[in-house]
Amino acid sequence: MPASGDLADVEFPVARGCPFSTPAEYEQIREHSPITKVRLTNGGDAWWIAGHELGRAVLADRRFSSDRRRDNFPFVSTDPETRKQLQDQPTSMLGMDGAEHAQARRALMGEFTVRRMAGLRPRIQQIVDQHIDEMLSSEQRSADLVEALSLPVPSLVICELLGVPYADHDFFQAHSGPLVRHNTPPEVRARIQRELNTYLGALIDRKVTDPTDDLLGRQIAKQRAAGTFDRTSLVSMAFLLLIAGHETTANMISLGVVGLLQNPDQLAMIKEDPEKTPPAVEELLRYFTIADTVTARVATEDVQLGGTTINAGDGVVISGLAADHDPTVFTDPDRIDLERGARHHVAFGFGPHQCIGQTLARMELQIVFDTLFRRIPTLRLAAPLDDIPFKSDAFVYGAEKLPVAW
Amino acid sequence: MRIEANTDVCIGAGQCVLTDPTVFDQHDDGIVMLITKHPEGEAAQRAREAVELCPSGALSLIEEPGDS
Repeated sequence: MPASGDLADVEFPVARGCPFSTPAEYEQIREHSPITKVRLTNGGDAWWIAGHELGRAVLADRRFSSDRRRDNFPFVSTDPETRKQLQDQPTSMLGMDGAEHAQARRALMGEFTVRRMAGLRPRIQQIVDQHIDEMLSSEQRSADLVEALSLPVPSLVICELLGVPYADHDFFQAHSGPLVRHNTPPEVRARIQRELNTYLGALIDRKVTDPTDDLLGRQIAKQRAAGTFDRTSLVSMAFLLLIAGHETTANMISLGVVGLLQNPDQLAMIKEDPEKTPPAVEELLRYFTIADTVTARVATEDVQLGGTTINAGDGVVISGLAADHDPTVFTDPDRIDLERGARHHVAFGFGPHQCIGQTLARMELQIVFDTLFRRIPTLRLAAPLDDIPFKSDAFVYGAEKLPVAW
Repeated sequence: MRIEANTDVCIGAGQCVLTDPTVFDQHDDGIVMLITKHPEGEAAQRAREAVELCPSGALSLIEEPGDS
């Protein structure tokens, strides 16, 4: 069934403008149907899932594949050269299905347990405090929050966790951004991918010679002990964790700060009572759902969804942003309400691929929001909202720069 | 009410532990571990929430005779 009315002329992904409104096309689709076929910018079409319940059901349904090398996988370039590049690369956990995915995830998930993450709390607090010290020591009482806090904090945390030397974290900060933009030219993407792979390969080689007690070091030791050492898969795993660790938490810090500053009554609640910060983080995760269309799949067999037949081979986009603004699940979804109880959002995805780093991300966000507003209670935006450059063309939404003052 | 955990499908997301650490824990490999199968009172309410949030379908609730 083709999209009705104006939607026939719209190509997805659509640009995301102001952080405080979902794209108008999303609402048009929602009114049309919870499941609609849409045209994609890079050619072809895909089913667009707009509802929360249906979205969760598809993400949990193993008849849908995450393998980005499959034809029709939404948002993968249809350019034959780019597709070949992708098909020649070893896939990371993100693109695996079934038993292969379970094995890769299980090898890693002990690194992200709630207990292990809690052990990182003092060090993360220290990193956050150091960066806020630096902000406060500047005489001009203003900063670009992205550069001063949002990006370096998660960057240092993920580098330390993995065992990437501190001196190299700038290299990752600079390289991760372009990889999650829709408009990055394929040759630039390929070059960055090559440079990062070369770097990570060399890092893993060094850790083989000189073992280290960090995530990468432990994975290497485990694989070598089991006789299953696989340099290529370790490179792709490290690559995934670094990119995911940089681009997601950083953007949520910036947007969360904007969301709180624009809603002073809500901000006052967490300033008064830090126990309200964890539910506040859930609401901010829901509200911004920054990785909106990363959750895409391809049907591996014919599937009935509601009254619609999805044919084997069809691409499906489960819009996290649409799901998390589903008014049947979240009353008055376009309002930030820190006390609504938003934990069932799909900002981290759902099903077997749900974010492995979610506990770490939650903790980083809680520490940053608590510490930032406690230590700089007069923090304010130093530019009108309209002048803040938001990442309208990225797979992971966020702010390019965030001018703040105090 | 009884909780069951299917450790074969658990993906170690940790949402259950965050929901109620008196009912749910994780082994060192990330797999869910039930501290109790029969949570009561408020813990039972939170356990219901954990089942609802579990992304992998590893957790399920079984209502038992005598449940109100």
